[in-house]
Amino acid sequence: MKKFVHDFIVISNKRLNSNHFVLELLSPEPLSTMEPGQFAEVLINGSQDVFLRRPFSIHNADRQKNTISLFIKIVGKGTHALSIVQKGEKLNLIYPLGKGFRLPAHEKILVVGGGCGIAPLLFLVHTLHDRGVKSDIILGARSAGDLLITQQFSRYGNMFLMTEDGSAGEKGLVTQHSMFSKGSFAYQTIFGCGPTPMLKALDKIATAFGIECQVSLENTMACGIGACLCCVVKTTTGNRCVCTEGPVFDTRELDGWYQPIAKCYR
Amino acid sequence: MRNLNIKLHDLDLRNPVMTASGTFGYGWEYEDFVDMNRLGGIIVKATTGSHREGNPYPRMAETAMGMLNAVGLQNKGIDYFVNEIYPKIKDYPTCVIANVSGSTVEEYEAVAEKMNGLENIPAIELNISCPNVKEGGMAFGTTCASAQSVTRAVRKLYKKTLIVKLSPNVTNIAEIAQSVADEGADCLSLINTMLGMAIDAEKRKPVLSTVTGGLSGPAIKPIALRMVWQVHKVVKIPVIGIGGIRNATDAIEFILAGASAIQVGTANFIDPFVTMKIVDGIEEYLDRHNVASVAELIGALRVE
Repeated sequence: MKKFVHDFIVISNKRLNSNHFVLELLSPEPLSTMEPGQFAEVLINGSQDVFLRRPFSIHNADRQKNTISLFIKIVGKGTHALSIVQKGEKLNLIYPLGKGFRLPAHEKILVVGGGCGIAPLLFLVHTLHDRGVKSDIILGARSAGDLLITQQFSRYGNMFLMTEDGSAGEKGLVTQHSMFSKGSFAYQTIFGCGPTPMLKALDKIATAFGIECQVSLENTMACGIGACLCCVVKTTTGNRCVCTEGPVFDTRELDGWYQPIAKCYR
Repeated sequence: MRNLNIKLHDLDLRNPVMTASGTFGYGWEYEDFVDMNRLGGIIVKATTGSHREGNPYPRMAETAMGMLNAVGLQNKGIDYFVNEIYPKIKDYPTCVIANVSGSTVEEYEAVAEKMNGLENIPAIELNISCPNVKEGGMAFGTTCASAQSVTRAVRKLYKKTLIVKLSPNVTNIAEIAQSVADEGADCLSLINTMLGMAIDAEKRKPVLSTVTGGLSGPAIKPIALRMVWQVHKVVKIPVIGIGGIRNATDAIEFILAGASAIQVGTANFIDPFVTMKIVDGIEEYLDRHNVASVAELIGALRVE
């Protein structure tokens, strides 16, 4: 898939809570073909401290408006700089990057997102919905106030909510949802994104039910296009780049379980 | 039309702008962005005698105006390079140079000998300066004796243009440069990354899995410029300047300090078009200063 470098225009910068926001960006050219799960490398304008681009999953795309959106959690200098961009500003993006989710022919799909791991999943369920597939979606967070943009997800699938404190949906971690303990588990593919322990638990569930599980990984990156070899993850076939061989991996390929991102960098 | 051609020993480059090893992959990673017809040359990712997994994650840390890496020469080895990679890069419309590394003199020899047989690779860059491997790499580039021994061994069997890439992690770069030149190197490239370190204060842990790593980017440019100038003064062979170059002005500065050509590294990660912009900018500089050929600027620094 051809990659582009374009100056997108910020259409809106919507704060969702104290540390999450969504940028909607207008493309100067007709949007490229994109797979859900692919990402963009965003150049941070005019920051003294931020040297490298920052990778973000494509959160959603609107072909009629010619926009894409990025769902971002503020965790460091780069994401903080992006949180204060204004409408009308330009952001330089390299996109679409990486390999996205491989969509199966069947319709028995479960999508699981934890915390800011929902970032790539909205575009995924949107794309599935466009193909006539209404997936089941479990979204989880610490408490009700941290469950963000669930309404947008509900447009594309059947929602199941989980909170760690029980303030919305079932109480517990997403991977503790009651559907997993039932004898009848009808899914053939799980798509997931979230913290490492969640992905590990999803892998266990998939293994127990003998089904496929694709997860989107996050990593510190420099180039985003497979040149620097900085963003490797340990797999059964050795170190592989998250940027070009992922970010979506089948959990069966992962080895020595993937670690969370270094907060000081993002 | 200004003349951008540069001669590096036996290599005729269309312009002095090349890409640094480890920052441009094997070239195809940039195919959507860079027209290779416009580059002086590319130096592809380092090749070792056998497959190397590289270092564990985390391998990268962002720093003020730069980054640390600890990739550790991840590559699939020389045989894979010859059989799988060479056929895909041999017809690029630019000068393709291989970067050769190893843990022992014998490993450097073995890789260099196989590279010698590849018709469309007119030169190798001997990497005696990688700071991210436990054995070999930088260990060869930090004393005159070891730099000489590996250069001498490879020179005996490598018949084409031999470039030796120097480490900045030394007390006297000119001394190392001279001793490598004495052993028959045709060209020197400098600098490789500076040994550095990053700490995550919250976790009280090093950021990199290897604790230390190689610093690159604009942060090291003044050091690189100084070293190119020092080396150019003492050796008679051409010098390729590397270190934090991200625009044509930076490139011109290196050429004035004595570099015959330059390599662009980390800047490729931030702007994939940067090499072509530098070529345009050099031409514009020549116009503005009414200089007919970029070669006239090599070492043309006016020191009072």
